[in-house]
Amino acid sequence: MSSERREYKWVGTRQIRPDGHDKVTGRAKFGSDFSLSGMIHGRVLRSPHAHALIKSIDTSKAEALPGVKAVITSKDFKDQPSELKPAGEGMVNYRDMTRNVMAREKVLYDGHAVAAVAATTVEIAESALKLIDVKYEVLPHVIDVDEAMKDGSPILDDKMIPIGYDTKNPTNIAKHVEFSLGDTDEGFAAADVVIERTYKTESVHQGYIEPHAVVASVSEDGQAQIWCCTQGQFMVRTFVGQLLGMPTSSIRVTPSEIGGGFGGKTVVYLEPLATLLSSKVGKPVKMIMTREEVFRASGPTSGGSMDFKIGATNEGKITAVTGTVRLLAGAFPGAPVAPACMCAVAPYDIPNVHIQGYDVLVNRPKVAAYRAPGAPISAFGAESIVDELAKELGMDPLKLRKLNAAKKGTKAAYGPTFRDIGYEETIDLAMDHDHYKAPLGPNQGRGVASGFWFNIGGESSATVNINEDGTAVVISGNPDIGGSRASLAMMAAEELGIEYSDVRPIIGDTAAIGYNFLTGGSRVTFATGLAVVEAAKDAVRQLCERAAKIWEVDADGVVWDDGHAKPASSNVGEFEPLSLAALAAQAAKTGGPICGHNAQNVQGAGPGFATHICDVEVDPETGNVSVLRYTAVQDVGRAIHPSYVEGQIQGGAVQGIGWALNEEYIYSSNGTLENTGFLDYRIPVASDMPMIEAVMVECPNDRHPYGVRGVGEVPLVPPLAAVANAVENATGVRMEALPISPPRLLAALDSSNIKQAAE
Amino acid sequence: MESIEFEKPETVDQAVALLQGASGNAKILAGGTDLLVQLRAQMLEPSVIIDIKHIEETRKLTKNSDGSYTIGAAVAGAEAGDRDDITKDWPGVIEGWELIGSTQVQGRASLGGNLCNASPAGDSVPAMVAAGMTVNIAGPNGRRTIPVEDVTVAPGRTCLEKGEFVVSFNLPARPAGGGDAYLRLIPRTEMDIAVVGCGVAITLDDAGVVKTAKISLGAVAATVLVVEDAAKAIIGTKLDADAMSALDAACQAACKPIDDKRGTIEYRTKIAGVLARRAVTIAAERAGEK
Repeated sequence: MSSERREYKWVGTRQIRPDGHDKVTGRAKFGSDFSLSGMIHGRVLRSPHAHALIKSIDTSKAEALPGVKAVITSKDFKDQPSELKPAGEGMVNYRDMTRNVMAREKVLYDGHAVAAVAATTVEIAESALKLIDVKYEVLPHVIDVDEAMKDGSPILDDKMIPIGYDTKNPTNIAKHVEFSLGDTDEGFAAADVVIERTYKTESVHQGYIEPHAVVASVSEDGQAQIWCCTQGQFMVRTFVGQLLGMPTSSIRVTPSEIGGGFGGKTVVYLEPLATLLSSKVGKPVKMIMTREEVFRASGPTSGGSMDFKIGATNEGKITAVTGTVRLLAGAFPGAPVAPACMCAVAPYDIPNVHIQGYDVLVNRPKVAAYRAPGAPISAFGAESIVDELAKELGMDPLKLRKLNAAKKGTKAAYGPTFRDIGYEETIDLAMDHDHYKAPLGPNQGRGVASGFWFNIGGESSATVNINEDGTAVVISGNPDIGGSRASLAMMAAEELGIEYSDVRPIIGDTAAIGYNFLTGGSRVTFATGLAVVEAAKDAVRQLCERAAKIWEVDADGVVWDDGHAKPASSNVGEFEPLSLAALAAQAAKTGGPICGHNAQNVQGAGPGFATHICDVEVDPETGNVSVLRYTAVQDVGRAIHPSYVEGQIQGGAVQGIGWALNEEYIYSSNGTLENTGFLDYRIPVASDMPMIEAVMVECPNDRHPYGVRGVGEVPLVPPLAAVANAVENATGVRMEALPISPPRLLAALDSSNIKQAAE
Repeated sequence: MESIEFEKPETVDQAVALLQGASGNAKILAGGTDLLVQLRAQMLEPSVIIDIKHIEETRKLTKNSDGSYTIGAAVAGAEAGDRDDITKDWPGVIEGWELIGSTQVQGRASLGGNLCNASPAGDSVPAMVAAGMTVNIAGPNGRRTIPVEDVTVAPGRTCLEKGEFVVSFNLPARPAGGGDAYLRLIPRTEMDIAVVGCGVAITLDDAGVVKTAKISLGAVAATVLVVEDAAKAIIGTKLDADAMSALDAACQAACKPIDDKRGTIEYRTKIAGVLARRAVTIAAERAGEK
């Protein structure tokens, strides 16, 4: 860990969040809260089939219904070339995107949009949907990833050219990736123990409470304004502009407060439709998804099946790992297969690794990002087999992990060599925690698992405006999902040397601030935080210049200390320090407004590691699993606002527990989704959970002025295996497939009892 | 959605007249915790909604001089749960009623609504059946009283004729040596629908022998079941291991569940036996306490 630690006034304290009052009083404006006068309402007609050719669409009856102002189908969108274009973190194919927002030749999943209507009321729009006559030719469909890879499976896109995968026949395999280190044959030859297993996880939804919502208003001169709940207003601007052929300068996007995203709001669904409808009608158009639409038509994360093989010496040194990860992409390519492969065994220093992955099309909604996309899936396999290895070797599972832990200088199988990381510290703290030593009762078990996530930097812009009364406004461009506004304001207050309450952080629309890559990759407090710090330093530089001007000395003769300009030394002269407020009051006379600014493509994100401990109790007669106690240890770099870091850790753990125990998509034999609400799509409720204890390790990232690492994603990586490992510890039964729902676990317990009785 | 008439009758007769005179589909509103959800999901398009909460009789929970109770069809679970008398006499009935939904929902959800929603998984129904409750129905031909278990005839369908609605329930006085219980299985701890529910009411004699028993299962058939063989398996026993396994087997044998998104046939059948054993054990403890 870094030896130098400045004393901070704000960083590391627990301040009230600037958006807190509005959120607890209901004043905060979320996506569906926005309205404009003259506004009309849009609704979407969605496919009732999992896979079908669209033979014809007749909208004439709908158009004739009084109150209907416009009806659009894919004919109203120009087609896009099939090419991968860089869009922030990854690549996008606009040919796929235009087909996902509005089905073109085919519908590819239950809920796929086929038409949209704008009408004076929601009720009329819904009546109009029933009048649209779509003729389908229903095609065979495929839902399961392994089925979709088989010869003879229904093919979603016979024109798709796979990447990294050679075949002459049409296939659902969109991409194949491989990551290698060393020689796995040699590694397994050196092993005393070799274990091979197959694991499976279900597709899960991000489960944000706020459905997608947008208001779009396009004026007669083609200028568009869009208000929506999104993780990236600039992403919305880019995608809408591309899909509708509008210049970027003609689109202004304002993000609302956001009721959860978790990665699921890094794409567009309604925004291009509402914008197109508005441009046709000349009135603002509002669109809100129902919960059913959110489940049927917005992106979950992949489900997957995977094979892992691990070899180790009798002493517990892991000599080789191989893995094959097959992830379902939904209807269009883009499963997070590369990160799944890269993260699977990243916590370990293993000399010989080979992991490959497949991105596979199935008739489900196109997947979207979900906290650490791909990593929880592959970590479920990897951390389950590490647990099996510990059992086989008779070793404590944390000791086994520590023996093989990645540390500074370890070369990861996916390429880089780690700088300062705190993974070993998370294991040490977990082993020393009283949770790990607490006794267990009957039918109770304990599991541990670790996890890794890269975290990212990326493009950020920030402005720090010094107000005439000595307060400051921080303008940044990232929707605040996890308390980032508070953290940005705290860092700015620290740099400026003023009160936290005197810094007002604002999230700018796309016209108010330079480009910002979206809120994702656990990047905002790190990357945008760095831009805010640099913008504050820019303002401080200007403040020092103003003091120099007043004192008639050279600018480098002035230093900034505790919110005041002071002479750098007695050689400069004897001057009373000038406060920020005093300098701000004289700004007009000393050169005009003081505005700090910074824009950069931030590098140097510090990876995150976590180790979790989970206790469960299993009801042997019903298969019900209760989580009794949960402790999550994580290297957080430095917690700017500890409460919000803890909140991220707790939230990730809870989402992972839900993924492990009960969340799954239930499809009918026709490929239609049956559980389209929170009643039957079972995310955990508060009473299901114990208090999640978050334990923070602070191993600062040396490439951030305050040592920040991203913290929002890695907490979702370990829980799946931690729960499964705990269930195994409680019952002796290894659940190789998720979710570990009561019927599945009871069936496994019963068949294990029958097997034991037979032996 | 077409427009919906909304009526607030203040007497039973007015409500009956409105129901009888309705041209399209008339729906009764008590707590509304099912009705409003079904409206929003566009599962229903009623022509008229008749709010019965303004009829005094539907809003009263009375302990009668013989120890029995009359419960208005629109009394909310939370109101009953606040009453010391009924919660002490019939804890199982209250458990089933108060399990429905969240705290907010419990402030509204009524027995009448839960029964007339006619779901096989309605949480309040098995315990009402086990307790021997009856319903008072008003209609164009006057009043009639029938057992709770006779109301639902199929999922989503009741035996109520046009113009009829449930006004109130009769809950017998707690018998000497009596105890009741309701258990359900859900994968979560709240905010869920029963995969299986089991209501039990029994009486024990001074020696701890089961004198009477009524056992009811929810969510394992098209309607809530009364399992007479399960009662027979424990009557005359001290709930020894053999009696309990006979009870378990009888409950499993009675199940005719479906495979759906909430549970499989195999799982529901097994759980019916498990819950029956556990509910009987709780009911017996309660009978012994009194």
